Amino acid sequence: MQLLLDGLLVGAIFALAAYGMALVWGVMNIINVAQGELVILGGFLTWWLTTLGIHPLFGIPLAGAVLFAFGWLLYRTVVHRLVDRDLFVSLLATFGLSILLQQLMNQVFGADIRNANAGLGSTYLLGDGVVLANIKLVAFAVALAAAAGLLLVLRRSRAGRAIRATSQNARAARLMGVRTDRVYALAFALNAAVCGIAGALVAMVWVVHPFIGITYTVRSFVIVVVAGLGNIAPVVISGAALGDAENITGFLLGAEFQTAFVFLLLVVILLLRSYLLSRRRQVLR
Amino acid sequence: MSTSANAARQEAPRGGPLSGAGPRRLGLAVLAAAAVAAPFVAPGLQSQMAVLWVMVVLALTWDVVGGQMGYNSFGNIVFFGAGMYASAVVQRALSLNAQETTTAGAGGAEALLAPIQYLGGLGLGLACAALVAVLVALPLGASILRLRGHYFAICTLGLGVAAGEIASAWDWLGAGSGLVTPLFPEALGNRNRFFCFYFLALAGACFAVLKLLYRRRFGLLINAIRDDEDKAEAMGLPTIRAKVVAWSVAAFFLALAGGAYGNFIGFIDPLDIAFSGATFGVWMILMAIMGGRGTLWGPILGAMVFHVTQELFWTFLLGWHRVAMGLLIVVIVTFLPDGILGWVRERRGGAALAEGRRA
Repeated sequence: MQLLLDGLLVGAIFALAAYGMALVWGVMNIINVAQGELVILGGFLTWWLTTLGIHPLFGIPLAGAVLFAFGWLLYRTVVHRLVDRDLFVSLLATFGLSILLQQLMNQVFGADIRNANAGLGSTYLLGDGVVLANIKLVAFAVALAAAAGLLLVLRRSRAGRAIRATSQNARAARLMGVRTDRVYALAFALNAAVCGIAGALVAMVWVVHPFIGITYTVRSFVIVVVAGLGNIAPVVISGAALGDAENITGFLLGAEFQTAFVFLLLVVILLLRSYLLSRRRQVLR
Repeated sequence: MSTSANAARQEAPRGGPLSGAGPRRLGLAVLAAAAVAAPFVAPGLQSQMAVLWVMVVLALTWDVVGGQMGYNSFGNIVFFGAGMYASAVVQRALSLNAQETTTAGAGGAEALLAPIQYLGGLGLGLACAALVAVLVALPLGASILRLRGHYFAICTLGLGVAAGEIASAWDWLGAGSGLVTPLFPEALGNRNRFFCFYFLALAGACFAVLKLLYRRRFGLLINAIRDDEDKAEAMGLPTIRAKVVAWSVAAFFLALAGGAYGNFIGFIDPLDIAFSGATFGVWMILMAIMGGRGTLWGPILGAMVFHVTQELFWTFLLGWHRVAMGLLIVVIVTFLPDGILGWVRERRGGAALAEGRRA
């Protein structure tokens, strides 16, 4: 029960980062391998705030805003060269970006494990049988709120409509007067902002470290592959499922195998997906 | 060098006509002689040369699957690390036996092995490394080579990291503290020189085997997979088999390189040496791209240029060199995706390029 609840709450954070990845993937056809590093960067910003004596909850809007600007900058310098290119080029370039960010954070923030303690205490449920850190509840709520906010932006605002139009057909959108270049920049910056918020939550709930970003990239990818592009509900559900699965294996096999499990799960899910696709192909025959 | 590479690429598919083979063979002989003589000319650079030849092997083997076959793998480092661990485990088991018989009761001190014991252990270790790698590569390739595009790339990325995580969590393999390989016996001379020649021989063998493979039907087959796999499959070509074979060939040479690299360094660290996705794992891709993907000479050229750049970064930007490496990856991939050979060919004239693409 404890494991399930913990996994569910943490899964919402994974789902948030995954939703950002799905946005970039769907709109620009780029898989951002540096996703996890953006998350970690948000976490480090929040940690840095606490060293200044500011409560880490303020890190959430700050990380979102800074990462939004950073994402825009990244788009203008690197990522805009990757749109419409060979998918391998975009993969490798964002992979290079992820190494660059990792090493930069290593130099700037140091290689120590950091945590931004929000000091919110815990709640006891079921007669002390289940302990819930309050911060996890807050993180869950914030993650869902951020995802809902992003959804609202996409559904209701003019910019959101431009993003959706571009993702459906970039050329047609361009003909209709949509400045697709700015749309791409906005989508990437929004993704970075969402990652930053997720990172701020990670720093409070867990820990951040310069070299663990890749696990968040892979988690996001797994979630997106399972949930598909576009819809938010499956993303949240599979995020929670991933959080649960991870916690349970970590409990059964020992925490040192938890990361390995995430990656092996990725391989298994991809194989399963290709197996299912090939079966469908045979039915069509 | 670029001219010979051009010639090699354009003539290889036609089965290598005899005309013009003389000068090229001579050039190859000169290069080989220079490579053999170099450790004697500049003894101080022997360890760098050894690493260079390792990098050549890495780039060449990556290009089999990534360049010639168009399957962009981020996880070839798995075989390098697996070979390293297999070789080290075998050698440690053997050296424990040897120590018991020769220096009974030495009191726990790490006894030196006799040269013959060391070489025997290394040889057996390498054989096991190659065997393990191919045994892993066959089922693994048969399953994940069915994935395409993004999915294959991310899947291999996951595999590479998973292998490192497992090795650093598994007590039997020394977990996070890694393994120590047997000490190099002084009777065999300079360790750096020994491994420099070993890796040179390995790179040469790898080059020769790949050259042979690319000339045969197999080369055309994997190129067809790269250009249009569905069409190749529809024409009844054994695509899955070709993919698995190419993948296993790469795994074989990677394991032979990894198996000796552990001895060359002296110890194995699971994340920094064996399964180092952020260094060798991505460098091999970068080197192949830098030189020119899908060519035989491109990866070699790329490895050389890259290694020199890397050493310069290391010397002048200590501490920040890894940041610079990341930046270099981004710059190369975004501005030079066709590599040095591709760039040279483009400057030589668009017509030749177009012909090369069509061929």
